[in-house]
Amino acid sequence: MQHAVILPILIPLIVGALLLLPPLQQSAQSRRWLSGVGIAVLLAVCGWNLSQSSDGVSQYYLLGNWPAPFGIVLLLDQISALFVALTAVLAAGAFIYSCAGEDERGAYFQSLLQFLLMGINGAFLTADLFNLFVFFEVLLISSYGLLLHGGGKLRTKAGLHYVLLNLLGSAIFLLALALLYGVTGSLNMQDIAVRITALSAQQLLLLKSAAALLLIVFGLKAAILPLHFWLPSAYAAASPAVAALFAVMTKIGVYCLLRVFHTLFAADASLLTDFIQPLLWWTGLLTLALAAIGVVAAQSLKRLVAYLVLLSVGTMVTVLSIGTVAAVAAVLYYSIHSTLIAAALFLLVDYLAQQRGTVADRLVSARPLANPVLIGSLFFLCAITVIGMPPLSGFVGKIWLLQAATESPQRIGLWFTLLGSSLLVLIALSRAGSTVFWRVSQQPALPAQASGRQLAAIVLLMLSSLLLVLLAAPVMQFCLDAALQLQANDVSGGQA
Amino acid sequence: MELLMAVVIGVLTMCGVMMILRARTFAVMLGLTMLSYAVNLFIFTSGGLTAGQGAVLGQTAQYTDPLPQALVLTAIVIGFAMTAFLVVLAIRARAELGNDHVDGAELKPAQSLPKKRGR
Repeated sequence: MQHAVILPILIPLIVGALLLLPPLQQSAQSRRWLSGVGIAVLLAVCGWNLSQSSDGVSQYYLLGNWPAPFGIVLLLDQISALFVALTAVLAAGAFIYSCAGEDERGAYFQSLLQFLLMGINGAFLTADLFNLFVFFEVLLISSYGLLLHGGGKLRTKAGLHYVLLNLLGSAIFLLALALLYGVTGSLNMQDIAVRITALSAQQLLLLKSAAALLLIVFGLKAAILPLHFWLPSAYAAASPAVAALFAVMTKIGVYCLLRVFHTLFAADASLLTDFIQPLLWWTGLLTLALAAIGVVAAQSLKRLVAYLVLLSVGTMVTVLSIGTVAAVAAVLYYSIHSTLIAAALFLLVDYLAQQRGTVADRLVSARPLANPVLIGSLFFLCAITVIGMPPLSGFVGKIWLLQAATESPQRIGLWFTLLGSSLLVLIALSRAGSTVFWRVSQQPALPAQASGRQLAAIVLLMLSSLLLVLLAAPVMQFCLDAALQLQANDVSGGQA
Repeated sequence: MELLMAVVIGVLTMCGVMMILRARTFAVMLGLTMLSYAVNLFIFTSGGLTAGQGAVLGQTAQYTDPLPQALVLTAIVIGFAMTAFLVVLAIRARAELGNDHVDGAELKPAQSLPKKRGR
C-alpha cells in the first residue's frame, strides 16, 4: 500500500471527473451517491494513512519515481495525515448537509466539492513548493465556483473580491518561488533548506525577500490582520455547506506557515526566530483582538461565525509564533477543534435561519423557532465549545494553548488577549442566543422544514468535537508526536 | 540583456500595480494581466539568462536551465484560466450589481447611497 499516500489526491480527482460525465448529469440522486462513495473511500484511506503515519516515520512518495530533489515529492507525516483526515471529516459533514437540496441550487456542486478536496489534500501532502502553488490554484478555482454556488448579488460581490485578491496572491506566490529558485536552484523544500546554509550575505537578502513574499501569500490564505478583509463577507455570503468546508481553508494558510517556514529554515533557524516569528506574533495578536471586536459587532449570525473563524486563525498564528514543540502541538489540537466547530456553527446558523422567515440570520427579534429546544441545545453546546468552557473540546484546546505559553516570555500578552477575547465571545454569543431563542415576537412559528440530513450533518460535526474530548489523551499524544516529528525533520532536513 | 529584462519587468509591474489600484473591474483585470506578464518574465529570468543555448543536454556546449521554462509554461496556463474566469465573473458582476465598480457601489450625483461606500 505504498500508493496510499497519493490516494487522497487521486480519489477526489477521479470521482470529480466521473461526476461530469453525461449519464450522471441526468439525476441528482446518482451524483450524490457517487460523491458520497468517493468521500467514504477517502475517509477510509485517510484513516489508513493516519494509522500508518503514527509510527513516526515520514513516508516520501516520489511521483513518477524521479529521484528526490529533481522530481516532485509528496510527504506523508503525522501533521499532513492529520490535516488530510480532518478535511475528509469536514467534507463528509458538508456533503451530508448539501444533500438536503442545497447542491441542486447551482450546477456542478458535487464535482467542485471533489476538486476542492483534491486541491486541499494536495496542498497538505506536497513537499515541493511549485507543486504547492499548483494545488493552491486547483483548490482556489474550485473554491471560486463553490463560493458563487447558488448565485445572488452578495455572493457575486464577495466572490469578486475573493477572486481578485487571490489572483494577486498567486502572482506574489510566483514571484517568491522565482526568487527562491533563482537563489537556491531548487524547489524541493528540504533541498532548499540544505542549500540555504551555503548562501552568501547578498543572496540571503534575496532569500529574506522571498520569505517575506511567502509570508504575504500564506497570510492572505490564513487571513492574518492586514490581509483578512475578504474573509468575513466571503464566508457570510457563501452557502452554508460551502462556508463549512471553507473552515479548513484558513487552516491551509496556517499549515503552510508551519510547514514551509519550519522546513525551509530548518538548518538556519535564526531567520525564523529573528524575522518571521516576531511578525507572526504581532499580526496574530492583533488579528485575535480585532476578530473578538468583530464578533461583538456582528449584526448577523453568519458574520459572527465568520469572525469566529478569524479569531481561531489569530489564536493559532499567535501561539505558533512561540515556536516550541508544545506550542505547535497545542495549535494542532486547537485547529482540529476550531475547524470542526466552526463548520458545525455555519451549518447550524443556516438551519435556524431557515425557520426565521425573511429575518434569516440577522440578530433581531423575530418569530419563534419551530423546534427551539433542539436547536437551542445544539446552539448552546456549540457556543460553550467555541468559547472554551468545560466540558467540550474547546476547553481542552484553550487550556493547552495557555499552558504551552507558560515558558515563553510573551505569555502575559497572549493570556490577556486570549482570555479577553474569550470573554467577548461569551458576551456576544449569549446576546445572540437570547435574541434568537428568547426575545421572540408573538407571530406563529413557521412550520418546521426540518431535514434529517441537515441535522445529521450538524450532529456528526459536533460528535467529532465530543470525540476530541473523549479521546483527548491519544489525540493529544498524536499532536505532540506530530510536532516532535516536524522538529526532528527540521534537524535532519534534506536527508530524504 | 539583464538590464533590458529588469526594465521591462519593472515597467510592467508598475503599470500592473497602478491599474490594480483603480476601481473598475476592467482596469483591475488588465492590471492583473500585466502583473502576470511581469511575473512570467521574472520566473523566466530566475534560471539565469543565456543566449543561443539549447535547453536539452548535449545539443549545445553550454545549456540553459530548462526548469524555469517548464515553470513559466505552467504559470501561463494557470494564469490564462484564472483570467478567463475573472472576465466571466466581472461580466456577471456588471449584470448583477448594475455597474463595474469593484465594490459594486457607485456614487451618482443624483442618487445618494447611505449605506454603501463610494469610491
